[in-house]
Formats: sequence, structure tokens, C-alpha cells
Amino acid sequence: MLEKQGKFMSNNARSKAMLPGFRLTMGYTLLYLSLIVLIPLSALFLKAATMDWNDFYETITSRRVVAAYRLTFGASLIAALINTVFGALVAWSIVRYRFPGRQLLDAIIDLPFAMPTAVSGIALMAIYAPTGLIGKHLLPYGIKTAISPLGIVIALTFIGLPFVVRTLQPALEELDGEAEQAAASLGANRWQTFWRIIVPSLMPSLLTGFTLAFARALGEYGSVIFVAGNIPMKTEIASLLIISKLDDADVPGAAAIAVVMLSVTFLILLVVQGIQWWSQRMTGRA
Amino acid sequence: MSIEIKNISKSFGSFTALKDISLKIENGELISLLGPSGSGKTTLLRVIAGMESPDPNPDSQVLFFGEDVARKPVGDRKVGFVFQHYALFKHMSVFENIAFGLRVRPRSQRPAESAIRDKVHSLLNLIQLEGFGNRFPKQLSGGQRQRVALARALAIEPQVLLLDEPFGALDAKVRKGLRDWLRSLHDELNTTTILVTHDQEEALEVSDRVVVMNQARIEQVGAPDDVFHQPASEFVIDFLGNVNVFHGRVNQGQPVLENIQVGGSRESIPDGEKANVYVRPNDISIDRTPTGKSSMAATVTRINRAGVHAKISLELSSKEEIRVDVSMEQLQELHLQLGDSVFVHPNKARVFVPDFTI
Repeated sequence: MLEKQGKFMSNNARSKAMLPGFRLTMGYTLLYLSLIVLIPLSALFLKAATMDWNDFYETITSRRVVAAYRLTFGASLIAALINTVFGALVAWSIVRYRFPGRQLLDAIIDLPFAMPTAVSGIALMAIYAPTGLIGKHLLPYGIKTAISPLGIVIALTFIGLPFVVRTLQPALEELDGEAEQAAASLGANRWQTFWRIIVPSLMPSLLTGFTLAFARALGEYGSVIFVAGNIPMKTEIASLLIISKLDDADVPGAAAIAVVMLSVTFLILLVVQGIQWWSQRMTGRA
Repeated sequence: MSIEIKNISKSFGSFTALKDISLKIENGELISLLGPSGSGKTTLLRVIAGMESPDPNPDSQVLFFGEDVARKPVGDRKVGFVFQHYALFKHMSVFENIAFGLRVRPRSQRPAESAIRDKVHSLLNLIQLEGFGNRFPKQLSGGQRQRVALARALAIEPQVLLLDEPFGALDAKVRKGLRDWLRSLHDELNTTTILVTHDQEEALEVSDRVVVMNQARIEQVGAPDDVFHQPASEFVIDFLGNVNVFHGRVNQGQPVLENIQVGGSRESIPDGEKANVYVRPNDISIDRTPTGKSSMAATVTRINRAGVHAKISLELSSKEEIRVDVSMEQLQELHLQLGDSVFVHPNKARVFVPDFTI
């Protein structure tokens, strides 16, 4: 009787989706995405389009703007890479080991998420400024932890950490240790097990975590402006340039810088998505 | 490869998984570790593999061919280990999974690429999955995955093959096929194989010897025939297949059930002791009329004809339920109907007097 019922249900499920309303939900999704994301973004493009091409080109290729792009993308990339390595270590300890205070540590990970970014900036400044707790000890060695690109990287690393940890945790929990034991029984040493089994298994999550941290770092403003010092050509990030253009009432100029940021970011996200898709195809997971 | 385990204990916190286990496994043998979950069978297998280290004890030893390997890590023991849930490397193709054990060898011992390819292809052939080398584990059925896991373990030419409930996650039909295939593979490869299972039918069918385990101890070691027909304890007879339990008493040195004398005499046992009488469903006969003193009255409560034998449930006058297996011909002859009053008679019984057998 039970089995019969089960069969009936699965037949039904095959011919029809479990929940009705594909058209309704799809329509809603498109509308919502348009209202929240696409329309504001296209407004940005329209604003930038009010400039003529020469002005646009001049704005986005001026030395100050290019320097800001380079700094923003470079610092974000470095911060995301640091987070991918060290965030993975944090996630590993939290998932694999049971120790007193683990729950507390787990909760602390989310703090950079939850804090207003300006507060983060002030907190970082208190520590890394030339007179700060850590900054004053590093300054004699010529290491400037604030008002320098290093300071920006530190701030971006701070705000990006939760993205990597939270993305990796479920993947690590799924990695139950049996595959590692199997590798060990086949004669693999720890190094081989790490590089050939653990890292490839975590690759999709590492990539996602990296992308999220990177994207977050690109758009960060609040915490960075405190530690950056905002010296043109040296420690001025793109977001700050946009704000200062707006302060000068140069809205099309701000939009132009933003459009380039947006396009490059979108391209990077697309490439990462493509790598994900390709790797899943390669391992039969898609 | 002969393996000898001496005085091995293992506890996890306050839980004792193995209690002073000693066991000798002969070269070329297929031996099963059989027991319910929590009996310690998997822990024993993992101790042999080197994935679990036994509790420190100067007398304990794990000997492979006389050599103590108790402190050797798993990678140095040359054991092929197969997990219940396959533990295949999901990001690698079937080919790379099987080649893994060869690829991770130190450079000086690593076979050439062409030798690896030949080896993997011969193993794919052995597991009847030629042409599946480029597939990924996700694209295989459970039975196919377990065969790949076995090939992967065999690639390193292990001295001993350790299987941890390898067919536990598969459905009954696939399981039976793989079980027979494993037996012929074992004979062909001439390895020593240790199989952990909780399925008594599987253990009795494929093994040369069965080790019945219960509560961290070995209850009995013997050929399938012996453990089935000469069970050493109540646990063993109860665990190996269906059995009816009657509660009798010892009277004048004889175990007695109602008014029937069962089993051999126990002269040393005082009268009035409880005797547990175990009778297999096919060791009971059913008659329409009482056969002298030695039968008990019973009522038929259920007849199940689905199977090779008919399974009859009956209720004794003491309200105890019993089960009797009769052949289809017998069922025809008896013309049994639900509610019929009949007489049952145990032909063969095994008696345990609890306080005197332990």
C-alpha cells in the first residue's frame, strides 16, 4: 500500500513540478531583479552616456583615476587571496576540531559583517595608525600600516574574512575524513593527501569564497577611507574618487568611473562563474 | 598473509569497543567479522588496518607474518581498505581514482605512465567496467562505485584486503551478486580477506570462517557450518537466523519444556534451574494428532506462503508465539487453515542454562 502510494507520487512529480507557478515565480524574479538591480544600474550607464565620448575617455584614463583603479583592484585581489588562505585555515579549525570557546570563535567571525564599516575603520586606525598599538612597533622597521596601500589591504582583509569562512564551512563539513583515510591507506603522505584530495575537493567553495571576498573588497568604502589617508595617486581608492567627483557636482564623471568599475567587476565575476561551471562539468557534478 | 592479533583492547572515552581480543587469521583465508552494530567489528578491522591504534598495553600485538606492525601507520602496512560508503575521490575520474595509489608512490618506486595505464586497464577489466575510465564517481551506480573502490584498493597489490561493510549501502539483489563475485575474486587473487558485516547470511555464505562478535568480545570463531549448527552461546544462535526461544526448567538433570524432554541431560545442574530452549523454525514438526507425550498443543495464527518454505505462526497454550517453517508439500498434506488446532514437536533443540553455560 505504502509503496504504491510512493510510486504514484513520484510519477506525479515527474510529469509536474512539485510546486505550481513557474511562470508566476519567474515573472516575480525578473521584476524584482529589475527594480532592485537592473534599473538603477542602467540609470548609471545613462548618466555616464550624457558625456561625450572624448570626455568619458579622458575621465577614465586620467592618471589619477587609473592609479585609483590599479590600487582598488590590486589591494582587493591581495586581500581576497590572503583571506582565501587564512580564512580556509580558520574554517578548518572550527569544523574539524572541538575545543573550548569554539562557539565563541564561530560567532566572532561574523563581526566584520555586522559592524558599520566606518566603525571598523576607526577601530583599525586605533591599532594600525603610526601611534597605534601595532602600528608604532612596526613603524621603526619602515613598515607603514596606515596611510599606505598596506593599510588598505589590512582593512579589506578584515571585512572580507567572513565570506571565505562561511562559504567553506559547509564544504568542510561534507568532507568527512573518509576520503583522507582512503588516501592514507593507499600510501599517500599528508602533503599528497592535502594537495591531491583536500584542496581539489574544496576548490569550488574556495573559488566562491574568494569571489565574494574580492567583490566585497572592490566596493568597500567606509573602513578604507580611515586607514588609507587618501593621498591622490598613492592611497586613493576608486570609491573615494567617485565620492569626491560627486562632491564637485560632477555626476557624469562619477558615473563614468563607476561604469568602468562595474563592467570590470562584472567581467571578473563572469569569468569565475565560467571556471566554476567548467570544473563542475569536468568532474561530472553539473 | 597470516595475521595475528594478540590481547587488543580499544576504548573511546568510557566506551569499550574491543576487550582483550585475540585472533589468528590464516594465509589466503576469507574471514568475516560478524556482529550487531556497536559490537566492535569495525574497530577491530580499523586496528588491523592501522587507522585506529589499540590501547597501550605491553602484551598487545598486531602481527603481519610474524612482524609486529602495531606502531606502523596505515600507509606502510600494504592493506587494501574498502569503505562502506566507497570514499571515492569525487573530483577524480574512475581512472585517476584507481591510479591514485600508484601515483603517490615515491619517485623511485613509481611505475612509468604506461605501466600505470596498463595496470588500471587490467583492473577495470577485472571489475567489469572497461570503458568507464573517464566517468566520474557521480555518474556511477552504487554497485559500480563499490567495484571502483575495490579496484583502487587492489591497485597497490595489498597483502591483505579489508572490507568494511562493503555492500551495506546497496540493495539486496546487487548485494548478492557482488558477494558471489567477491568470493570468486578472492579465490582468483589468492589474497587474505577480512570482511566486516552485520548480515549473517552474507557472512555464512562467502566466508571460510566467521568471527561472531558481541559487546567488544569474540563470541565464537568457526566455519559457517560450525557456528550455525554448533553455536557456542545464546547470542550466537539468536544472531544467526530466526529461532524460537522457549523457557523451560531443569528437572532431574533433564531440561524440560512443559512436559517434553528436550536436549541432552545436564546431570550436574540442580533441579528447578531455568533452561532456555532454542529451536530453529525448520526443526519443528506439525501434526494433526498428538504424538505421544512429546508434543505441545498450538493454534495456527498466520500462514505465509511467499517463499521457498511456508512460514507458519502458531500460538501455544502458554500464549507464546512460535514460528515453524514447513515445505509447500507438507503444507498441502496438512491442509492447514487459520485457527486450526495442531500439535507441534521440536526435533532438534539447543539448551542453555544461563547460570551454568557462562
